[in-house]
Amino acid sequence: MAAKQLKCRECATEYPLEARYVCSRCFGPLEVKYEHEPIADVGSVRRRIQAGPQNIWRYHDFLPLEGPQPQTRTGLPAGCTPLIRADRLAERLGLGEVWVKNDAHNPTHSFKDRVVSVAATRARELGFDTLACASTGNLANSVAAHGAALGMDSYVLIPADLEEQKQLATAIYGTNLVKVRGNYDDVNRLCTELSGDRENWAFVNINMRPYYAEGSKTVAFEIAEQLGWEIPDRCVVPIASGSLYTKIAKGFEEWIGVGLLEGAVPVMNGAQALGCSPVASAFEQGKDVCRPVKPDTIAKSLAIGNPADGPYALDLARASGGSIDAVTDQEIREGIRLLAETTGIFTETAGGVTTAVLAKLAARGDIGEDERVVLVITGDGLKTLDAVRDSFSAVDVEPNIDSFEAAFAARGVRV
Amino acid sequence: MAITVKLPTQLRDLAGGAASVEAEGDTVGEALESVFAKHGELRDRLYEKSGALRRFVNVYVGGEDIRTLDDLDTPVSAGAQLTILPAVAGG
Repeated sequence: MAAKQLKCRECATEYPLEARYVCSRCFGPLEVKYEHEPIADVGSVRRRIQAGPQNIWRYHDFLPLEGPQPQTRTGLPAGCTPLIRADRLAERLGLGEVWVKNDAHNPTHSFKDRVVSVAATRARELGFDTLACASTGNLANSVAAHGAALGMDSYVLIPADLEEQKQLATAIYGTNLVKVRGNYDDVNRLCTELSGDRENWAFVNINMRPYYAEGSKTVAFEIAEQLGWEIPDRCVVPIASGSLYTKIAKGFEEWIGVGLLEGAVPVMNGAQALGCSPVASAFEQGKDVCRPVKPDTIAKSLAIGNPADGPYALDLARASGGSIDAVTDQEIREGIRLLAETTGIFTETAGGVTTAVLAKLAARGDIGEDERVVLVITGDGLKTLDAVRDSFSAVDVEPNIDSFEAAFAARGVRV
Repeated sequence: MAITVKLPTQLRDLAGGAASVEAEGDTVGEALESVFAKHGELRDRLYEKSGALRRFVNVYVGGEDIRTLDDLDTPVSAGAQLTILPAVAGG
């Protein structure tokens, strides 16, 4: 495989490709380092990718796995989600060209299946038989489902106040669902402590985090491939820990590096909910670290008050000429509705955040008319039904035509 | 009663393998100084040369991140529990 070592992002110390996530010298995060052979024939590599399976394993050469390409008819293959041209959304916002990367089309209806597929496959390679995670909900669904698909035990720790839909869609897979009386950051702290003492558990976003995070690069690979091997001008991506946001940029960067793509990393816009916006606040204040906050937002899947990749997200926003913006809960609800009404895509609250930030950037005049913009939608609206409850009313009628017509007449509408 | 400082697995080698050590002091900073007095190598792992906490080290008092409190000046009382953990997890 092209992956060679784990390398500390802070002090560059290198480690073997094992279940390790933090540098023992400086506590910095470890990242997978690759040594790719230069690609002599770009066309043939592109054709090989295109002939690959309809899931993330088509990008196997760029993922940190030792074995051959994983069996694609077993497990829970993720990825190859639609990239939809959203002309009605663009028109509504006065923009030229907007595309929606709809990652709700994954096996458990969020982008988390990409990262869990990579982490779980690597965990098996390293000999683990148990998966675990700290989750704001989408990860919970995915870890429980991957555990079931791969025949691995799983322990899923969530904040006790998580949306009911996300709890049900986790427990059904037969996992050990643990509701922690606290917020996500409390859950994460507990899991970090647990992971130190349970060395036979693969916590996908703790001791497997370097591998897990690499799965997010496949969002960038797919966008480029779906755009005909081109890089968009701008991506709007939600930020919770900052891992997806930074790894999408890394995906483009790696493919530019090996010659599969030409151009530069897109302008990267990060999206947060105002009720949990440590990265947006630090961006606005010109700081390079985030001050932790106590989340209070309907966007629970983004409610990480102490984001692990916050510093790197800030670096990326500034280096790419982007920004990190925050929107209110009301704007999030409007964002969900805007996307639904203009594209037919019903997204969860995180997608409402992302869509609302796109609207904000458009209103602010940050986006040029000729720009090709990709909006990354990370999860399905059925996961957060409470966010849209009571936001519309149905027309109640008796089963006869008179009642039907009277009901609409009462609303002043002829049908 | 002393303060208990829980160490992450990554640091236990530097404290003779112990999962926790005893500390003294009225603030988090003082408590950590008392730990460094016995286990000098821990200082470099936790602090920048400037004396600030490294940005990827989290310290909790009773489950609260000291960055949301008064940082190293956060007061601690006898019997308190400090937990040191790597910051880069989750998400």
